[in-house]
Amino acid sequence: MSERKFRQVGTRPIRHDGLDKVTGRAQFGADYSAPGMLWGKVLRSPHAHARIKSIDASAALALDGVKAVITGRDFPDVKSESGPAGEGANDMRDLAMNVMARDKALYHGHAVAAVAATSQRIAEAACAKIQVTYEVLEPVLSLDAAVAPNAPILHDDMRAAGDDPKPQGPTNVASRREMGRGDAKQGFADADVVVEREFKTPMVHQGYIEPHAVLARTGEDGRSVVWCCTQGPFMVRAFTAKILDLSTDMIKVIPTEIGGGFGGKTTVYLEPLAVLLSRKAGRPVKMVMTREEVFRATGPTSGTHVRVKLGAKKDGTLTAAEAVLVYEAGAYKGSPVGAAMMTVFAPYKLANVRIEGWDVVVNKPKVAAYRAPGAPMAALAVETVMDELAAKLGLDPIDLRLTNAVSEGVQATYGPKYRAIGFIETLKAAKSHPHYKAPLGPNQGRGVACGFWFNAGMSSSANVAINEDGSATVMSGCPDIGGSRASLALMAAEELGIPVEQVRPVVVDTESIGYNDLTGGSRVTFATGMAVIEAARDVVKQLCARAAATWGIELDAVKWEDGQAVATNGAEGKHEPLSLKRLAARASSTGGPITGRASLTARGAGPGFATHLCDVEVDRETGAVTVLRYTAVQDAGRAIHPSYVEGQMQGGAAQGIGWALNEEYVFDAKGAMENAGFLDYRIPVASDLPMIDTVIVEVPNPMHPYGVRGVGETPIVPPLAAVANAVQRAAKVEIHELPISPPRLLALIEAERG
Amino acid sequence: MARVVFASGLRRFTDGAESVEIPARDVRELLAELHRRWPALEKRLAEGTAIAIDGEVIPRDEALLESLRPDSEVHFLPQIGGG
Repeated sequence: MSERKFRQVGTRPIRHDGLDKVTGRAQFGADYSAPGMLWGKVLRSPHAHARIKSIDASAALALDGVKAVITGRDFPDVKSESGPAGEGANDMRDLAMNVMARDKALYHGHAVAAVAATSQRIAEAACAKIQVTYEVLEPVLSLDAAVAPNAPILHDDMRAAGDDPKPQGPTNVASRREMGRGDAKQGFADADVVVEREFKTPMVHQGYIEPHAVLARTGEDGRSVVWCCTQGPFMVRAFTAKILDLSTDMIKVIPTEIGGGFGGKTTVYLEPLAVLLSRKAGRPVKMVMTREEVFRATGPTSGTHVRVKLGAKKDGTLTAAEAVLVYEAGAYKGSPVGAAMMTVFAPYKLANVRIEGWDVVVNKPKVAAYRAPGAPMAALAVETVMDELAAKLGLDPIDLRLTNAVSEGVQATYGPKYRAIGFIETLKAAKSHPHYKAPLGPNQGRGVACGFWFNAGMSSSANVAINEDGSATVMSGCPDIGGSRASLALMAAEELGIPVEQVRPVVVDTESIGYNDLTGGSRVTFATGMAVIEAARDVVKQLCARAAATWGIELDAVKWEDGQAVATNGAEGKHEPLSLKRLAARASSTGGPITGRASLTARGAGPGFATHLCDVEVDRETGAVTVLRYTAVQDAGRAIHPSYVEGQMQGGAAQGIGWALNEEYVFDAKGAMENAGFLDYRIPVASDLPMIDTVIVEVPNPMHPYGVRGVGETPIVPPLAAVANAVQRAAKVEIHELPISPPRLLALIEAERG
Repeated sequence: MARVVFASGLRRFTDGAESVEIPARDVRELLAELHRRWPALEKRLAEGTAIAIDGEVIPRDEALLESLRPDSEVHFLPQIGGG
């Protein structure tokens, strides 16, 4: 596999969907409409924690143009069970309650009713006329408040799951878990140096530019068609069917182009509401969130408290590690603390480890996946402590990491042994990069940090159809959020031996292809790519069979080479090669149309490791931080389309820099978000950032035919710590809390000055 | 005999055992034997667990038919999601 010479893989063709996107022709979620369409709007709770005593929609229904109103009473009861699709644990009852509150509103912005009307204005006016009587309850707005004695309880029936000792009786602690091995206490006793620090990070949003949007149309037969921007059309179908107690065949989902997801579009918000409104009104219903709704009522990632302790010998060898990770889940259980427990020490060889993870509910939006969910906050803590260890031991920060870096055959701190991985290669590439040796000026500092993410496999289907002229169409059911069309086309072209420009990759609806898990977990180029390779090989097998039949020779006397069937095994030179074009033209006379198919559950997703370098300059008068230079090094296994690998690395770094320096949900004392717009919730813009340099390391994943490992999530893991370490060195302060905003940093600088 | 390794949080269900060797051809047989030996473990493993078999991490409910080699190594992990 690693010896294969690629002709197409590794090149940088123009993406097939590029022209439509740069000319504005591509249709995103909000671009769809239908004849007779109504507009749907959601009435949202003005309280972060309140019992819903009654809802009177009569005045709204009396408004001209209002065609339907729905509340929690219009939804069937959904029992508590794991979700039928998607990733991780999704409790369907919680999901149903999150899309429409029943007895209780659990965060400011929680949906309590929805309206369909002939115009947006009328729908908004109708929402204002719905009378909701609330019994306002004290909100739980922090992790400390959630676990305090006599804290208000969000869910009366919640009991802590997991490992003892854990809270007994009604609690806001959804679970407390432990993992580890060896003897951490002894390991710390054996250490020459021990560093222990605590960190806090706030709730932050993915910040995708396209708000959630849906159009749902229900026919007289009760079947619904849903157009929406999502990472998982099959997930939308499954979740919507479950929430509305419909069979999946009653819903068809057509994924639109998607303007960013980063994990935030791996669940449903509007889709079940639009379907139910369209069923009730008998007309198509379109719903588009405002930016404010996206912030208040979709799934950001957890605010966290993390404590990390590391012990090391004088030569830098780690002797023990301990972490306590406490993560906000939002209004319903299910923070990414499990992943945080598994990733926190994953880059390092450790015999003595103790890790504790808490999943805690608070009166804030229910968190959703965000790029390597849970890992960046854990990495912030451990990578900052590693930096302090290096300083105390007088070691180079990269050398300290090299001393302890995991490699093939090493037992990960979360359990299994690693297969081929490229962590050490990223560290060496970073150390030899000119960036690492470049001089720094006054008030400037350099940070190093590393990151790990598992990457996922899951289920994918793909079809490869040969057109009459020998060109090909590649069909997948995974929305393209990071350039996957181009990558899938490259893999098909590689197998078929035709130029990638002759391969048209398309994303199709839930009734046009076999089941696909969603686009997430950095899995599409790996897993759907595996399906495309298999489907293309199915095509090649058929083409060889047709050539053999045409020539009247055995199948094993035909091989596929450079896009044509060639006689071999003693038949060399006896037949003129048959090109794909010629075989396609003769398809009807040799057995009919040629289509390859593959459906698989991909095993062997190779973990991703990255090492990032960040230079900053600190303004000691204002506390402002300028990122001067940034280099991201990552193992991609095999970069199918290097430009999109680099794009993922740059995008992850940019998001992580924003998380480190500026982004945070700011809540008032009653739990209302105070900065629900991009003016006040400051994500980085182009002028905030330098050109982010990238180095792709390729240590092929032996479990993939081309060596691919996922690349989309790993690059957001190191930046929080890379920035924090750089700021600490530049400003000579200790960072314990994000974001490192000017007022917070200025306060630290002034405290240091005395 | 597949070798099952228990993280510290699970050992209170296994009478402190850090690992155990189980004769099982697949995960279903392995779980049945673990549940027979330590009944309280069954409920704990039903709480959002994934299984790592020779390094391959699979959600518990999807892993039941996975084959085990005589020298397979099995770990139980929290189930995770990606973005």
